[in-house]
Formats: sequence, structure tokens, C-alpha cells
Amino acid sequence: MAQLASALMTMIVGILGCIVYFYGSNILLDKIFPTKTGSAQRVSRNLRIANGVRPWLFLGPAVLLLTFYLFYPVVDSIRLSFFDRTGDEFVGIANYVWLFGSDEFFESFRNNMLWLIVVPTASTFLGLVIASMTDRIWWGNIAKSLIFMPMAISFIGASVIWKFIYDFRSGGDAQIGLLNAVVVFFGGEPQNWITIPFWNNFFLMVILVWIQTGFAMVILSAALRGIPDETIEAAVLDGANGLQIFFKIMVPQIWGTIAVVWTTITILVLKVFDIVLAMTNGQWDTQVLANQMFDWMFRGGGDFGRGAVVAIVIMVLVIPIMVWNIRRANAEMEGR
Amino acid sequence: MISSSKRSPLTYLVHATVLFLVIIWTIPTAGLFISSIRDKDQLSVSGWWTALSTSEQRIVARAHEPKAQVQEGDLFVIRGNLLEGSAGEITKFGSSSLKPEAFVVGTVADLKKGKTLEVMENGDYVLSSPDEWKGSRGQRIFYTAEVPPRFTLDNYREVLSTEGLGQSFLNSLTVTIPATVIPILVAAFAAYALAWMRFPGRALFVAAVVGLLVVPLQMSLIPLLKSYNVIGEFFGVGSKTYIGIWLAHTGFGLPLAIYLLRNYIAGLPAEIIESARVDGASDFDIFRKIILPLSFPALASFAIFQFLWVWNDLLIAMVFLGNNEEHLVLTGQLRELLGSRGGNWEILTASAFITIIIPLCVFFSLQRYLVRGLLTGSVK
Repeated sequence: MAQLASALMTMIVGILGCIVYFYGSNILLDKIFPTKTGSAQRVSRNLRIANGVRPWLFLGPAVLLLTFYLFYPVVDSIRLSFFDRTGDEFVGIANYVWLFGSDEFFESFRNNMLWLIVVPTASTFLGLVIASMTDRIWWGNIAKSLIFMPMAISFIGASVIWKFIYDFRSGGDAQIGLLNAVVVFFGGEPQNWITIPFWNNFFLMVILVWIQTGFAMVILSAALRGIPDETIEAAVLDGANGLQIFFKIMVPQIWGTIAVVWTTITILVLKVFDIVLAMTNGQWDTQVLANQMFDWMFRGGGDFGRGAVVAIVIMVLVIPIMVWNIRRANAEMEGR
Repeated sequence: MISSSKRSPLTYLVHATVLFLVIIWTIPTAGLFISSIRDKDQLSVSGWWTALSTSEQRIVARAHEPKAQVQEGDLFVIRGNLLEGSAGEITKFGSSSLKPEAFVVGTVADLKKGKTLEVMENGDYVLSSPDEWKGSRGQRIFYTAEVPPRFTLDNYREVLSTEGLGQSFLNSLTVTIPATVIPILVAAFAAYALAWMRFPGRALFVAAVVGLLVVPLQMSLIPLLKSYNVIGEFFGVGSKTYIGIWLAHTGFGLPLAIYLLRNYIAGLPAEIIESARVDGASDFDIFRKIILPLSFPALASFAIFQFLWVWNDLLIAMVFLGNNEEHLVLTGQLRELLGSRGGNWEILTASAFITIIIPLCVFFSLQRYLVRGLLTGSVK
């Protein structure tokens, strides 16, 4: 109870602090440069000053936070990648040399590439198929809602859910994991799935596909509904069948949306960490970059130089998507 | 959508396929929930899909201690019931761990030195011996029982009290609520400034926000950890504080918040804002009285995103709040349990369900806003 009370108190203080800043700074600005009273000349001068200052009052906290939490750390990570484990001594490119000489890095890089190919492809494809099918049936919204549901589940919760499915009992005992039970039912040999090198990566990817398909489905479903009916009617009149309509008429019209979904999931995949940490912690050849980076941050007291190098690899992989996003946003702004 | 394919066999195929996919997608969560309310002895020996059928269990029990014996004629007898009131049927029993199923119920088993053991289907047993029973512990009895399905909330009771999930639940709330509200306030002001105020460098700011949307969290962790250590030392409070994690979540959530809200606010009709300006309202008044109420749907969308993201986050909590018991959030606690109680599925399933129940409630009740938010800002 005491914890709850103190938690509530800190919450209220924190939130009040924000409100007080915005109200206080704006009222202060109006007090120092009053625009309602005084001579016309003064008013117009004050108005000009107030209008010049106010955007920065509005933007101020956001700019400070973005600078401290995102902009400065990116620059500092690049700097740290040239320093030793404590971040004090300059070591040149030693960390990069280490990185490209380590088997661990190539293992996680290869796994990351697998994730990057499989997860966005599978999620987008399944999402597209489900979206187009659920649009045609009366209980489609219920179906969508249920397939969308894993989106609300944490990666670690999802990992527990799937670890239970992959559970393995050795030696003749009844299997309580669903997958092994199904395998046994069909006369197969039960396996300890997450310890089979190479293939275990796919069992981990299934978890992320399970979570992300709903996201792809929701976005693509909206895009499909935005397709003008005339194009489809014209195709029907020309005698196109269902599959032709889907692949030749509908899909080409939503390429832009498919690309957005694809890149969004790609970025998520690059950051994936919780699932690997919870399922295998990188054992049995399942290491990925994000987990490796986390590992180096704390391993043996932490090696900031090597951690930063791994982070930079992730960043470099993201940059193409970042550039594409900015271009797209700029084009949209000009079009408005 | 395509009228020509209605009522064709294809439609039935679509129904069947969607049904199949829905089942695949919901079964994992359903299995977790069903397991979490099963009796832990049953959970560990049979799959959750058998939860409604009787299960066979092999159990070891001890008979009453020798001091409970009574003399009947020239025999010393100990009577009791193995099941002690709980439902079930015993099928086989034995007296040694090597042969736990040596005898069928109803038969009399000969133990050494003329001692006998008889076990009935309902659990009644009779131990008899020509000599007095000695020692302080009761005879071990092995038996196999058919136990009817049993559902219980014991697993939840256990994880909430002894496994510390109750505490973690409070911690999660303490982290999540301010970390959801603060970024909304900060971002709403910034979004208004970027959408409707004139100042040099506005386009650059918008581009920067879009760029920061995709910056991986991993880039920020090490420098921030260093900064937090320095700042914590300066104030003498250590580096792991609630304030620290609120601000971290605020910082990481801001790009999406500003992006979403700016898109929405920029789309509001210009006439409303212009006419308010002509009437002499300051930007602060316009924001407070016009923009905030009008952009409620966008604010709600982002609030849900941020809530789900913060509640489900593990990485930031582990780095900025640490792993000590009194600060662990639900996701962190679940991870600890996964390490320490790896095989105890009754603990893990119940704990996992507690961590996902709040997001699921939020999801199902506010799905409309979530979908709308996704559609306006599907970049993060």
C-alpha cells in the first residue's frame, strides 16, 4: 500500500511538473510582453517578440529530450566505438578489427539476415492473404481482432507462451508441449526444438511472425478497401478470375503500403532482443545483433567499446530505410 | 468485395481457411490460460488439451505413523485413506519404488515378515502386522490414481504472493502511467508548433523527427547508461530511478508521438485556427481550447501505443531500472522466473498471464483507436 501511495505521489508530481512548465512559461511570456494593454506600438512589438519566442517554449522540452535521448547518444556511440571497454582510452579501430574477426559476430550477423528475410516476408504475406480473405466474410472483423491480438502481448510473454508449445519431455513421458504432442500423435519422434542448430532460428522467428502478422493485416486491409471498385469491376467484366484480380489488379495498387509495412517490420526485426534473450540467450547458434550488443554491455562488468560497435552495425543497417522515410515524408509535405 | 465469387465453393474455402488461421493464432494464448488454472500436479504430467479428461497420476504417500495402530485380535492394524477426501480412483499400488504398480486394488499385498497391505479403489488402506509397528514414520505406499480434472486459482495466489508478482505489478503501473502521460503533453505542444507556428528551421525539425523514428534503441543505451551514472552520482541517488525511466521512455516515444500528432493536427481545418487568431487568441489559447479537444482521437491512439510499448518493454526497464527485487517490472520478473523456475509451468503460465492481461484488456476495449493510430503513423 505504501508503495502504491508513493507511486501515485511521484506520478502526480511528475505530471504536474509538465503542466506547470507549459502553463507557467506561457503565462510568464504574456506577463513580460503584454499584448492586451499598452500603446499600439508596444503591443505590436510585444506581439512580434512573443510570436518569435513561443514556438521555442512549445518545442523546448521536446527538443531537449530528443537531443539528450536520441541525438547525442548516436554521436557518442560512434565516439565510444573507438574507445576501450571503459570508454576512457582511445584504441583506434581495434574494436572494429575485433568485430570482423569474431565468429560470434558472423553468427549473429547471419542469423539477423535470416530474420530480416523471413520475418518481414512471412508477416507481410500472411497479413495480405488474411486481409483479403477476411474482407469477404461476415465474421471477418472478429477474425481480424483475434489475429491482431498478439500485438498486445509483450515479447517476453509471447516467449513464455511459445516456450510452452516447444516444451520437450525426454524418455517416454507424456509430452505437455503442443508441438511435440502433435509430432508424437503422427508417430514422429519428439524433439527439443530450440536446441537444434540452424532450424531453431526459425522456431524463434515464428514468435515474431505470430505477433506481427496482425499489424500487417490491419494496414493492408485498410489499403485494400481503398482500392477503387471500378478497377475491380472492369477486371471482372474482362473475365479475370479471383487470383488474377488479386495479384494483377489489387496488389499492384497497394505496393506503396506493402513497402511501408515491410520496412516497419524490418526495423522491428533489427531491434529484436527479448525473444532471443528469453528463449535461448543466444545459445545453440541463435545469437542476434541486438542480444549480442546487450550481452557486451554487461558481460564481465561491461565492455562499452565493443557494445557500441555492435550497435553501430545495427544503425548502419537501418540507415537506408531512414533515408527512404525522410524522402517520403518530404514528398508528402510538398504535396500538401 | 468481389461480388462474382459470392456463394461459390471458393467462399467456403475462404471460411475454412480463415477459421483455421484464427485457431492457429489463438491456440497458443488459450493453452497458456488453461494451463495457468490447472492443478499443478496435473499440469506437469499431461497436456492442457487433456484438461477436461481424467488423468493418471503416480503418487507416493505415507501411511499413518505407527502410534496410530490399533490391536485387533493378534494383529496390529493401521487404517487410513490415501486420497484424504479428494476425488479420484486408485487403480494400482505397491510398497517399493522399484515396483510402484505391483498390485491391483482390492488385492492383499504381502510385505515382509507376515505384514500385509490392502488398498481399496476409494483410497482406504489397511496395514496389518503380527508384531507391533515400530519407528516414527509411516510405511510408504506407492499408488496410481485416476484423478478427475481439477481447476484452481492456487497458481495465481502463489505467484502474486510468494513470487513477488504483486509487487512487480505495482512497479509496472508506476513506470507506465507517467511514461504514457508525459510524452503526450510534451509531444502535443511540439506537434502544434511544427504544424501551425512559423519559425526558422521548421522543415528541418520535421525531417529530424522522421529520421529519429527509426533510430535503434541500441544506439542510445551505452551513452545514456554512462550519463545516468554521472547524473545519479551528482545527485547522490544512484542511476536507477523512476524519474530516469520515465524520461527515457518519454525520449524514445517522442518521435512517434510528434509524428503522429503533427500529421493529425496539420490536417485540422485552417479556418478554425485563422479565425481564432483574428479574434486575438494567442497560440497557447488556441492550443488549449481548440487543438487539444479536436485531436482527442490522435491523442488516444498514441496513448494506447505508448502504454502497450512501455508496459511490454523489457530492455529499457532492465538497463535503466535494474534487476533488484523491489524495482522489477512484470516483464523483468517474468524473465527472472524463466531463468529460476524454468520447468515450473504452473508458475510461468500464471505469471505470463498476469503480465499480458492488462495489455489485452486495453487492446480489446480500445482497438478502434489503436487501428486508427496505426493507419496514420505506420512507421515506427
